[in-house]
Amino acid sequence: MTLALALEQLLNGLQLGVMLFLMAAGLTLIFGVMGLINLAHGSLYMVGAFACATVAAWTGSFWIGLVASLAAAAAAGAIVELVVIRRLYDRDHLDQVLATFALILMFSEGTRWLFGSFPLYLDIPPLLQGAVALPGGTEYPVYRLAIILAGAIVAFGLYLLISRTRLGMRIRAGESDREMIGALGVDIRTLYTVVFALGAALAGLAGAMVGALQSVQVGMGEPVLILAFVVIVIGGIGSIKGALLGALLVGVTDTMGRFLLPKLLALFVAPAQAGMIGGAAASMLIYIVMAVILAVKPRGLFPAAHA
Amino acid sequence: MKKILAAATLALSMSTTGMAFAEPLKIGMITTLSGGGAGLGIDTRDGFMLAIKNAGNKDITVVTEDDAQKPELAVQIADKMIQSDKVDILTGIVWSNLLMAVAPSAVAQGKFYVSTNAAPAALAGANCNKLYFNAAYQNDNLHEAMGEYANKGYKKMFILAPNYPAGKDSLTGFKRYYKGQLAAEVYTQVGQTDYAAEIAQMRASGADGIFVFLPGGMGIAFMKQFAQSGVKIPVMGPGFSFSQDVLPAIGDAAIGAKASGQWAPDFDNAASKKFLADFQKEYNRLPSIYAVQAYDAAQLIVAAASKASVKNADAFGAELKKADIQSPRGKFKFNTNQHPIQDIYLTEVIKQNGVITNKTVEKIFSDHGDAYAKDCKI
Repeated sequence: MTLALALEQLLNGLQLGVMLFLMAAGLTLIFGVMGLINLAHGSLYMVGAFACATVAAWTGSFWIGLVASLAAAAAAGAIVELVVIRRLYDRDHLDQVLATFALILMFSEGTRWLFGSFPLYLDIPPLLQGAVALPGGTEYPVYRLAIILAGAIVAFGLYLLISRTRLGMRIRAGESDREMIGALGVDIRTLYTVVFALGAALAGLAGAMVGALQSVQVGMGEPVLILAFVVIVIGGIGSIKGALLGALLVGVTDTMGRFLLPKLLALFVAPAQAGMIGGAAASMLIYIVMAVILAVKPRGLFPAAHA
Repeated sequence: MKKILAAATLALSMSTTGMAFAEPLKIGMITTLSGGGAGLGIDTRDGFMLAIKNAGNKDITVVTEDDAQKPELAVQIADKMIQSDKVDILTGIVWSNLLMAVAPSAVAQGKFYVSTNAAPAALAGANCNKLYFNAAYQNDNLHEAMGEYANKGYKKMFILAPNYPAGKDSLTGFKRYYKGQLAAEVYTQVGQTDYAAEIAQMRASGADGIFVFLPGGMGIAFMKQFAQSGVKIPVMGPGFSFSQDVLPAIGDAAIGAKASGQWAPDFDNAASKKFLADFQKEYNRLPSIYAVQAYDAAQLIVAAASKASVKNADAFGAELKKADIQSPRGKFKFNTNQHPIQDIYLTEVIKQNGVITNKTVEKIFSDHGDAYAKDCKI
């Protein structure tokens, strides 16, 4: 193993982490402010990817597609909040899970009805095509570096939004005491819709960016959703800072596990078996990490203050 | 008593040879119509239904259900189809792990299973069954062909497949024929969408060729990411990795990739031309190999149904085994283990009139069977 390979894998882990952060930030924000478990978050990710692919195909520009993905996911989020989610805040978590699971099915079948079952084509914009040389003599795709950068900007933007603006103040107030800020005259219903749309837009952004790297297809959101839940459980439900650290931890652990475990096992067993067992063990690794963290800190790394 | 009855049915079926059978035949199709693997299932269904439609046999009915690529769901559907729909033949499953959950129990209950795609090694050798037919290939076949092809110019191969029965069959098949050195043998998760960690290993491995078996969305993700990575090692794979269902979504990144297949849209025979024209007319897109395999599976059933009653398993099985069909693949016959003996070709991804598709380059194997047939005693 060379240093260049280790560096490349570290960047890969970072990039996966940043992606997961975009998903997890919305999920944890929605849970923190409204106490809602939103399983349909993966569907909003899919909406973003489909909107980007469709608009990019119409206009020929990925960038217009990216803007469209934000708008479409935010709009879908706002509509879902107004029509369905609004009725669920006072209900049991089980009811929320059931209703948002139904939303997954509706989003998936609706998308299939509109776009068909075959994956859509979405390519990386010409500006970000290709690879750049890294120190150590290896190359790295420009697009993945761009994703890391975009994630860092979003993380910083969220920090500013939440700590420096009036909306952020209301979000923080909503997290600590929902009834009280309602009683103080803040329009809590609008705040909820705005927060939900914001979370949806972040998921849509993630979907659009990843859509260019992977395949844009029905059901693409659910595998990411599971990882995003792992992230917020590790980070502490409701905490954006926890989501960021949890996402990076999961991203790097998963990438390094997939890469190092088979190599480690190859020292003891035949390469074919090492690949098979190592691959299987690597897919469990993040859940083992989650279990260990929960055993030590049952409420995650950064438990939200009020919970 | 049973013997007498069997003899009587046999006599009855003998007396009617030459006449078309007008007996109802019900086919249960379980395939993947939702989720990431839906493109494969839809091509399977459409290819199958095209042959049924062309046959115009009113006595054949098909019930279709979606397994969502979930083994437990496939098992439930199979039970329902056998017990309440009373189907005679099951077909359509795309994925080997689902097939392993369904086919052995279906044949144990006396139903035929005619596979349109999945062909795990476990059902081709000692555990082969009189009622189990495979119209596609044996899982190892297309990978064996690529192993044979790789011998020609590649000294050190990096090979990769998902961790499930067909993935293991894939790399086993490749290694059976490939004589060179292996840079690495990597198994990934089924449904994995990010291959950055694997691509980094490829870059560092010093391999001079890469073999990937990644059907459906997995292949799309891999090829797009590989094209961006700056790694310049040639990529090859079995036909599934570059099949017509995924090529439009991969885009230009696939051009030049070599693959193996038992059919490509440029095949120059009457059956292939008819199939291609009919399929495009009916569905307005190019068919994938999944569609061809399902088309042949339906043709096989239709042909057998015109000669024998499905209620007489021995006679119907014998008719199926004759494989009296015009396959778009050209030559097609069954081996002793009821898996195909067929030619396998090298194909290359090209862009023709703005459409990305496969063209045939050369023949790799002639009349290729599989490694497990010798263990099958039926």
